[in-house]
Amino acid sequence: MGMNIIEKIMAKHAGKDSVVPGEIVECAVDAVMLHDVGTPGIQRPFNALGTDKIADGVDCIIIPDHFVPANTVAAAENLKITREFAERMSIENYYEIGRGGICHQVMMEKGHVKPGQIIVAPDSHATTYGAAGAFGTGLGVTDVAIALGTGKLWFVVPETVRVNLTGKLPEWVSAKDISIYLLGKFKDGELLYRSLELGGNIIHEMSMDSRECLADMALEMGVKACLVECDEITDAYLKKALKGEPYELVTPDQDASYEAVYDVDVSDMVPMISMPHTPSNAATVKEAEGKKVNQAFLGSCTNGRMEDLKIAADMLRGKTISPKVRLIVTPASNEIYNKAMEKGYLKIFMDAGATITNATCGACVGGHLGLIAAGEVCISSSNRNFRGRMGSKDGEIYLASPAAVIASAITGEITDPRGVS
Amino acid sequence: MNISGKVWKYGDNIDTDVIYPGKYLVHFDPEEVAKHVMEGMGDGFAEKVQKGDLIVAGQNFGTGSAREQAAMALRYAGLAAILADSFSRTFFRNAINNALPVVAVKGISKWVEEGEELEVELTKGIIRKVNTGEELKFIPHPQLIMDIVNAGGAINYYKEKNK
Ligand code: SF4
Repeated sequence: MGMNIIEKIMAKHAGKDSVVPGEIVECAVDAVMLHDVGTPGIQRPFNALGTDKIADGVDCIIIPDHFVPANTVAAAENLKITREFAERMSIENYYEIGRGGICHQVMMEKGHVKPGQIIVAPDSHATTYGAAGAFGTGLGVTDVAIALGTGKLWFVVPETVRVNLTGKLPEWVSAKDISIYLLGKFKDGELLYRSLELGGNIIHEMSMDSRECLADMALEMGVKACLVECDEITDAYLKKALKGEPYELVTPDQDASYEAVYDVDVSDMVPMISMPHTPSNAATVKEAEGKKVNQAFLGSCTNGRMEDLKIAADMLRGKTISPKVRLIVTPASNEIYNKAMEKGYLKIFMDAGATITNATCGACVGGHLGLIAAGEVCISSSNRNFRGRMGSKDGEIYLASPAAVIASAITGEITDPRGVS
Repeated sequence: MNISGKVWKYGDNIDTDVIYPGKYLVHFDPEEVAKHVMEGMGDGFAEKVQKGDLIVAGQNFGTGSAREQAAMALRYAGLAAILADSFSRTFFRNAINNALPVVAVKGISKWVEEGEELEVELTKGIIRKVNTGEELKFIPHPQLIMDIVNAGGAINYYKEKNK
């Protein structure tokens, strides 16, 4: 019997010829990503482990992003702990503020993700690394400390659900809309604990930016990992990001087995939105149209990439946003920030009336740079709309694509981007 | 490893905020953490629970956040094991890592009543009603999981192993 992508990765890292779902295996971990919340968090279990060094063979990447630059003294203390730990452990890949950005984006663009790797982080959206064919997953601080100190972790081999995205993607419909559609489809915990494997012609026609959005957002379906089938586009991206380092693409065997296989034809898909207060509360943007918005947020590890900023710039060129709306734009990394500046996108945003922030989790995690007040409504390109996520628990968050966020910022109410050109 | 104890029953989707409310996330001391076990349920569980008791629950026990305090609270409040139809991914890991045995058996929530006494043979994969002798089988955990639980948790296990 053949193996699917995650089974191949786990078997290899457990030193076995094959693995089956339900089996518990001990796997070697290739890399650990830490940020300014996770680094302070792992200190206690890491010390309890009685080790004072990172296990051989484990690549540790530290990317402060949640509360940067420090917005409180407590955040400054945590950033100090993070910086000191990086120094003490002689971490080469430490991305100081101004040289990195949002952790998952930095991991991808700086070439810290290779197909077939196992990468863990004290951050749930580590599933993003599946866009490049790696098994990325978020864990508690004890697990992360163990991975860092021993280079190993136990895992249950998950059941895998395969989704083939087929058909032709309509104009104004993006990876984010597909994610929200799938969240609605699998809302009854059907993907809980599973690995989601994505393939189909739509995947292979998609940019890396879009694949990263899908793998990131998949976490909200309760998956352990999301593996996107590698192809020439992955290859081209890896060649550049890894600067000549060797890697091997991972693809599923022809006779791989899955718990379930779904073919999802996207040809008739329309712009989607997650209504408050859970990402799986999926509806069409049309159904939510007319709702007044106070804030529109374009950013996060879900949709703060070049492709997203380009859509926004194209829509906003020569236009101004509604005087009733604050549009906050947070490029996902400094690299993206810089590119957007060179391309003139930032000027377009400024002229339209937007506020541009540094590359940070900021508004997405309700930390700083764009919290909402009681009774306020925010349309956001991020991945979570839990009650209170972006500020007051009496506010409302709607999740949608960058196009819908910008369309809504222009009109001042939730707007289907197909109506704004 | 055998466990026997009295059952407390809970339903489906008992989330981490019910098991350990978010406002206590600043605590890490096991004694302090245990004081707030199941506080979100509002049923005075922390006062009633006895060392060695068991919880039997429905689907997706421990759903929600990855907070380790949820598993810690149950363990240090004295629960000997949690048996449920299914567990959330992070809760399952956190429980094992904190040496709290967790057993997933489909249908157990229908099979057991509150207050019943159960015997659990973890390595053999048998759950037995003490009163009637009725049995329910489950697939025992592999050696690695048992070793982690027996070592008193993941940190201890790996600390020993790395010596
Ligand atoms: S941008 Fe939001 S979802 Fe992404 S890592 Fe930061 S807080 Fe998490």
